[in-house]
Amino acid sequence: MNQPAAQNTAATDAMIAMAHVEKWYGDFKALTDINLAVRKGERIVLCGPSGSGKSTLIRCINHLESYQKGEIRVGGTRLGDDARTIDAVRREVGMVFQHFNLFPHMTVLQNCMLAPMRSLGVSKADAEATARKLLGRVKILEQAEKYPAQLSGGQQQRVAIARALCMKPKVMLFDEPTSALDPEMVKEVLDTMISLAEEGMTMICVTHEMGFARQVANRVIFMASGAIVEEAPPQEFFSNPRHERTRQFLGEILHKH
Amino acid sequence: MGSNEFLFLLTGLKWTVLLSLVGFVGGGVFGLAVALLRTSGIAPLERGSRSYISLFQGTPLLMQLFVVYYGLALVGLKLDAWVAVAIGFTLHASAYLGEIWRGSIEAVPKGQTEAAKALSLHYVSRMKDVILPQAIRISLPATVGFLVQLIKGTSLAAIVGFTELTRAGNIISNQTFKPLLVFGIVGILYFLICWPLSLYGSHLERRMAVASR
Repeated sequence: MNQPAAQNTAATDAMIAMAHVEKWYGDFKALTDINLAVRKGERIVLCGPSGSGKSTLIRCINHLESYQKGEIRVGGTRLGDDARTIDAVRREVGMVFQHFNLFPHMTVLQNCMLAPMRSLGVSKADAEATARKLLGRVKILEQAEKYPAQLSGGQQQRVAIARALCMKPKVMLFDEPTSALDPEMVKEVLDTMISLAEEGMTMICVTHEMGFARQVANRVIFMASGAIVEEAPPQEFFSNPRHERTRQFLGEILHKH
Repeated sequence: MGSNEFLFLLTGLKWTVLLSLVGFVGGGVFGLAVALLRTSGIAPLERGSRSYISLFQGTPLLMQLFVVYYGLALVGLKLDAWVAVAIGFTLHASAYLGEIWRGSIEAVPKGQTEAAKALSLHYVSRMKDVILPQAIRISLPATVGFLVQLIKGTSLAAIVGFTELTRAGNIISNQTFKPLLVFGIVGILYFLICWPLSLYGSHLERRMAVASR
């Protein structure tokens, strides 16, 4: 297991570096002094009670949310408010949502081909070849001509993962990818994510799947009230949490499962 | 009522269809622009398009046609009747369609825009490929309803001298003293162009519903 050398410095070799990031919704402070460096190939699991800012944090990385203070760098690009850097960052960062957000009026294959063709300028034939390859990888190629609503939740989420991968991202963000799934479908999605991790993808996952965290995470980060409370490698995080709020949270979710 | 009178009604019907087409095309193009401005997220554009919608939804079409044709002539801008009517219907239809489509665009779940953004799709592609196809489907019943309304609204073009279907009916009725018969026929003619449009609308709705199932 890799040990992060300097967890809180925005190292220049970091894939993602967040330094002193702060965000408000009006008077409500959603993120407080977030410092996070993610190296290439690292797998981070973000957890914490609802409303703790985990989703907000990862949504800042691809600028689905803006932030007011601090700095975020993705692969060398400093994320600003301008279309050019936002676009550059989004081309490098794939995202998977809790509710899949597949385009319902397009087939699975079209869902996967749209963005490479429109924003990378890939030819139709190449886009289709890539899409079919990646749909095969998430084991859903035989559904390529179907519409999203014809698929189960687990299948839709695997398509969503393939769709994001078609952009050949350097980082994948997962925002509670299994929370909207029926229990029997959680495993197929987690297995897909695990195989992605094994291939060395840099990943940040907001999830409460602690089995997944144990198995693939390099670091588990616990957030509460918009701040990072604790971060540690999984064994340490689960066996020996340092903070009272972490212990309380772990008690609640591990008890539940 | 002889065949000459009936032919006269059909000439009126021709004008009604042409006026409707002008309203559809002008209203469609500018209505889309209004809807996009209204959802642009840029405050002055949103305010401007909202006022535009309020103005043309809040005043009668008859008055709008009147102002464009006679009002502008008073200040020295003499417009051809066709141009005046085209402008009048375009203003009217674009306000209504703009508001209908604004609502439909906003009814598309926010996650669709977020997914498109996360895939680094730019605004044009986000709208053209992702949002509008879904918004159009949502808007179909209201859009078709408005277009049917617009066809019937073209009778108001009589005010600037068009002898469209209703006006033609009026003339024939005054000549023949058979208002019930004449307006019965006029009603049937209106029905024959409005009804297929409604049917086509529900056909489209069904087809699009299947496509997303």
